[in-house]
Amino acid sequence: MAEFKVHRVRFFDYMPTAIRAMAFNPRTERLAVARADGALEIFNFADNYFQEKVIPGQDGRAAEALCWLGQRLFSAGLNGEITEYDLENLRPRYTVEAYGGPIWSISSNSQGSLLAVGCEDGTVKIFEILEERIQFQRNLDRQKGRIISLCWHPSGTLIAAGMMDMIKIFDAESGRATHRLLVERGVGASKSREVVVWSIAFLSDHTIISGDSAGKVQVWDGLTGTLVRTHLVTKWDVLALSSSQDESSVVAGTSEGTVVQFQFLSSNVGQQDKEWVRTRTFKNHSHDVRGLAHTDTAVVSGGMDTQLVVRPLLDKVEKNTQESALRKIAFPHRSLVCCAKKAGLLLFQFPDHLELWRLGESNGHGSPGDSLPVKRKPEKLIQLKRKGEDHISCSALSPCGGWLAYSTVSSFRLYRLQNNTISVTKVSRLPKDLRSAQQLCFSSDSTKLFASSCRSSVLVVDLNQSDCKYLHTLRPKSGSSQPIHLLCVSEDGKWLATANTDCLIHVFNLDKLKLHCTVPVYSSCPTAIAIHPTNSNLVVVHADQQIFEYSLVQKEYTEWSRKLQKQGLHPLWMERDTPITHIAFNPKNPAHIILHDTFMFCIIDQNLPLPEAKTPLYNQMTLRSLPESERIMHSHAFKICKNFQHLLCVRLLEDHSLVVVERPLLDILSQLPAPVRQKKFAT
Amino acid sequence: MVGHGDIRVVHRGGSKINSRQPVITQDSRFLLCASGECVKVFSTSTEECVHDLRGHTDAVTGVLLKPSNHLQAYSCSADGTVRLWDFTEGIHIKTYVIGYPVYSIYASAHHEGVIFVVTPMLNDKRSEVFQLVAVHLPQSGDQLVEALELSAVISDVSSNPAAIGFGKGGEFIASAKGLHLEVFFFKKQKSYRFSLKEDNKKGGKNTFMCVACHQKEDCIATGHEDGKIRLWRNFNHKKEYTFSTLHWHHSAVSSLCFTPEGTNLLSGGLESVLVQWRYNQESQRDFLPRLGSAITHIAVSPDGALFCTSHSDNKITIIQSSVKVSAVIQGLVKGESVRTDLMVDPRSKSLVLNGKPGQLQFYSLQRDKLLYNLDIVQQEYIHESGLEQFEVVKAAFDASGSWMATVEERNQKAAELELNLKLWAFDEQTQSFVLNTTISTPHEARITDMCFCHAADSQTTMLVSTSKDGHFKAWQLSAAAHTEDEGPSWSCDFVGAYHSLVPERCCFSADGSLLAVSFQEVVTVWSPASWELLTTLSQPPQAIRDLCFGRLSCSKYLLGTTASKLLCCWNLLTCSLEWSTTMDVSLLLADPLTENMAAFCFQAGGTDLFVFKPSEPRPLFSHKAVCSGKVTRAIFSPREEMLESCEESSQWLNRSQLHFLTQYMDLMTFTTKAEEDRLLASSRQLVVDDSVAMTPFYLLLGKHRQQETEDAVSSSLSSDTVPQSSAAIKQLLQTPAHVMPSTSYLCSMFVQSLLISVTDTREENKHAEEKMDSEREEEDSEEEMEPSNPRPQQASEACSLTKAQLRELRRVRKQDHSWSAGFL
Repeated sequence: MAEFKVHRVRFFDYMPTAIRAMAFNPRTERLAVARADGALEIFNFADNYFQEKVIPGQDGRAAEALCWLGQRLFSAGLNGEITEYDLENLRPRYTVEAYGGPIWSISSNSQGSLLAVGCEDGTVKIFEILEERIQFQRNLDRQKGRIISLCWHPSGTLIAAGMMDMIKIFDAESGRATHRLLVERGVGASKSREVVVWSIAFLSDHTIISGDSAGKVQVWDGLTGTLVRTHLVTKWDVLALSSSQDESSVVAGTSEGTVVQFQFLSSNVGQQDKEWVRTRTFKNHSHDVRGLAHTDTAVVSGGMDTQLVVRPLLDKVEKNTQESALRKIAFPHRSLVCCAKKAGLLLFQFPDHLELWRLGESNGHGSPGDSLPVKRKPEKLIQLKRKGEDHISCSALSPCGGWLAYSTVSSFRLYRLQNNTISVTKVSRLPKDLRSAQQLCFSSDSTKLFASSCRSSVLVVDLNQSDCKYLHTLRPKSGSSQPIHLLCVSEDGKWLATANTDCLIHVFNLDKLKLHCTVPVYSSCPTAIAIHPTNSNLVVVHADQQIFEYSLVQKEYTEWSRKLQKQGLHPLWMERDTPITHIAFNPKNPAHIILHDTFMFCIIDQNLPLPEAKTPLYNQMTLRSLPESERIMHSHAFKICKNFQHLLCVRLLEDHSLVVVERPLLDILSQLPAPVRQKKFAT
Repeated sequence: MVGHGDIRVVHRGGSKINSRQPVITQDSRFLLCASGECVKVFSTSTEECVHDLRGHTDAVTGVLLKPSNHLQAYSCSADGTVRLWDFTEGIHIKTYVIGYPVYSIYASAHHEGVIFVVTPMLNDKRSEVFQLVAVHLPQSGDQLVEALELSAVISDVSSNPAAIGFGKGGEFIASAKGLHLEVFFFKKQKSYRFSLKEDNKKGGKNTFMCVACHQKEDCIATGHEDGKIRLWRNFNHKKEYTFSTLHWHHSAVSSLCFTPEGTNLLSGGLESVLVQWRYNQESQRDFLPRLGSAITHIAVSPDGALFCTSHSDNKITIIQSSVKVSAVIQGLVKGESVRTDLMVDPRSKSLVLNGKPGQLQFYSLQRDKLLYNLDIVQQEYIHESGLEQFEVVKAAFDASGSWMATVEERNQKAAELELNLKLWAFDEQTQSFVLNTTISTPHEARITDMCFCHAADSQTTMLVSTSKDGHFKAWQLSAAAHTEDEGPSWSCDFVGAYHSLVPERCCFSADGSLLAVSFQEVVTVWSPASWELLTTLSQPPQAIRDLCFGRLSCSKYLLGTTASKLLCCWNLLTCSLEWSTTMDVSLLLADPLTENMAAFCFQAGGTDLFVFKPSEPRPLFSHKAVCSGKVTRAIFSPREEMLESCEESSQWLNRSQLHFLTQYMDLMTFTTKAEEDRLLASSRQLVVDDSVAMTPFYLLLGKHRQQETEDAVSSSLSSDTVPQSSAAIKQLLQTPAHVMPSTSYLCSMFVQSLLISVTDTREENKHAEEKMDSEREEEDSEEEMEPSNPRPQQASEACSLTKAQLRELRRVRKQDHSWSAGFL
């Protein structure tokens, strides 16, 4: 393994925002997660929980509830609007004002024809779903209190609504309330406070399950409107409920950060009479669990502590497989850091501003493992606030450090930077086509800007000293409508590779400005792509951790890639649960590929033999203890370094020093608000 | 060497009652528990032992009510038998010979004629692997039956009886061992096995400790080492089983029990808190805290009205289901070690030793019952491991039992040693010891020995204590100096030392005229009257381990044992070594009532006992291999009534009994054959009225009452009165008033019932007339007699009676018959 001078960067104060709501689409196996800043994330559960899409937020728009309707995704928030999202262009498609005050909940019937929203003013509003929009149909009987939670009966004839101190069952046809279920308040001091039915589930056997602010999960008979069973789960609130597809299991998320599972079990083996029994308790969160989804094999939970946790149900999955491992998704699966290789600048992307930092310098020399004295401290050069309400969706910094670009869903901005004097000038005359971009990328000589836009097309913009000029639009032949999530230019400026969420990778020849080839489609989504500077091989890493190398010249997989596929990757490599987010090459040694995920960075030496399944993968320490002569025998292609943890970015600078941007999870945790107080034993 | 003859080492008294789960009978009146080699039947209301079910020849390992007859109980033992008892009468019904040591026993009402026992793997008796075996009990009338039909059910089970339990309707049996739970379904003949990880991330240990099954639903509760309780459901699936976790205990859950209706789950552990969980409403819990010590077993009566918990301090607590303690059955408290010697309280003749922390217990050996605990330290004991707290390390009684001295110390390891010498006076009014004097720091260092002057006639009582600080001190009772209302208190009288050597042992001669103190290799003899050093004995130059004066005729002898395996006997008249012999004596003690001395010798991993007189060269008695390990605590306790054994070897047991504690804290004693026979005979004779628990109190009163009834019967013989209870009268008295017919109707019936006796007397008159052929009559009456209980005393009397008496007797028989018919 080569020796590098490492810039260990810890001044990126990246702070993910709390998870507000969650909706799982069992048909497409996509999970939609709404965050407190209005951002929406789509995870593909069929593809290693890869974060496929991110729709940036907007000031004042925070989804309180999410709802899938086939492929369509709706959200409703306290601003009183219902929003449908355009998942192909990663932007809201339209918003509809419900005119009922803040909306607390949204739910669709199983037929997919109607959408019900629960409003602050006590109305349940029914919207009809049309091809391109939704249309208000009618109100159900207006109630006194706000409607906090809603759930349709699977038959589509009844709606259960959780309110303050009670649950109402409505007939969806007539709009009349047929039952009123009174929910008991908490004991003691909370007796005087209204109890809020935060969440409700309506099962096909007319069982209603409710979770409320008194910490109870209650099972009701919806036909007679009687209470069947009360489970006191927590001292605080039960915030979220989710039932499994087959309705044999329900999970409840609490303010304590626990998720409690209830199962519909027969009390006697072989008999029919079943009842809801509290079974397992999962504690994976430190704060409120706001979003909860019960998939067939796992419980997905998220909340105030910003992490998405996938807890497999061990009775539904094979033991000791990748599927049975607990996953915590803390960081986005794309890079928020941009690095100017030549200038030694770092650009950090926040939802509402950008920060430009100059790296520190050191002239000291030391042995490996030493920390060198800092000659010049890193300094923040520019903090650039975005304009408008929309949050920044992508940003880029040119390698020379002279250009800076960012985009929101509605606008695109390009700036010219003067490094020595630290000045920013906005480039005012922009090409008309360049209105917004999903991905941005500068060529290595900083003369071209590539911006991906709708239908997987890429705009090529030529940059002069002070202004810019539209050159061409590159369009793939396939006509995939999915957005591009990865862009990559070769060092020599000849090739441009794009990857979209349909798993398509296109390579364009920039000299001829036309499509060169399409890499054979692999079933898993690419998480990082890069083109080798010397031999023009395209290296692709997929969400399922597979690595491919594709020769652009021969238009086929390289020998090394075939060998790797034949032998298979090491099981420990396959077991890692965070995707590779960036690939780089070592100019000193063309055989070296540098990759990183959240917990490690790795140098793959293509000259060395691939590791066998039985050999230890993480062998750097044992190699170091061996004498020089024996090292060759034991070394293999994967050299993994775990010295740096919670990595957001690893880049190689022009001067062969490595920039490592860390964001320790403990730092994030310490910035969270205090959790609810809990009595701990022996304190 | 004298052979042991018929002297045996036995457990007698003070055995563990907390080793296995106790059983409460169907009617909640009795509690059965395994105790040493017998099963004890306690009354749940009076706490008294009703009877001992004796018969097993090894430790009893389990008691169980017979599911098909709630008046009978099985007991199993390590001797390889299962016995069936009628516990109300205390009668042994049957013995089933299994042939392998049995460690626990289970049965279910749904498995007729089958019991389940845990034995070592059948092919290898010594292995540590146990299996659950179904035993088909043969239907045979014999007393001793060999059970041959064994079939293994689960192969690898825990020997802990709490780790196996029958499920609802006997459909399955659950067994937990290590990290695995195995459930065997009888119908399908299939078992499911569930495993847990060794420990979770937070360091909790998942090892199973105990199992309990719900009796109405398919739910298994398991207790774990980290204090969690898991409720398993859906366990008839290999994969889709599920469990919920309850966590209150902070350390291992040692016992779990569902109430019969399954509404509650009881759990207990080290915390000594009984926790009652509502089934299916587990956030609601009831606690019964401060039960004294760790809970080892929990049992519930079949009607759910009573719970009982066994505790680690050899105690059974009976708790009403309203979570209120109603009775406590306390056995001999045994800690890990006894710091004080074994002693006998001269007044109550009870055994005195360390009991609960900081207390002394007074245990009556004769009645096998704890009399009371005396709090010596008088400080709150904190239940936490690793905490150094005051402990009673020494105690001594004076000859009359009116004074007791105790030494307590704390913090043995660190430099600062806290020592208290307390003197207790016996208060006649309260019949207990009252603290008289507390001397803090009586010595600079640990007290090694302490003894009272034994002379009964001496005016003042004297206590001598020796300490590691090189001094021995004599303490004497002196009148209080300042005020009158304060009674006399103890103060130091004399401080002695000898060449700055460390005194180890001290001993007064029987008449109190001499005090021997051993200073390492030197024995010094002092006169307590003048505190004059009389002589020193240092013949074999070795450290003295034990020192003891002879008694009675041998009081001129002083015996000592040395560290280098030597037993020496000095003659104090000649001040010379009389004799010595090589043996590694671990304990030497003198019988206060005879000249006999007992020496326990440690040899090759075992202990031998020698009983000898200092004046005689030959030992009176010797017993090889009394027990394994070293014996360091033993005591001669005086008998209540003297034995009249003439055999030479057992004579030494006539006046006193020798008790000793083994390495494993078992209290053992020696008994002769004759004594055992008598005991066994007395236990057979016991016939207890169903309705009243047989307590000593009852026996006393009952005897009186029996006499009364007998008197009444005899008086009725002479005065021809109404029979004691005819059926009619009984009916009249027992039927509720509102269902009875009118009084006028009853009256005639009542009178008629009285008339029966008239015919009776007439008959008797007839008898009187027909004196001549009495022979034939007698035969008839003999036949009539048959169903009633024969009275052996009367029968024996009958042979030497005159004719008139014979006639009388015949009448008695007639009378007797009709009287008992009333009962029938």
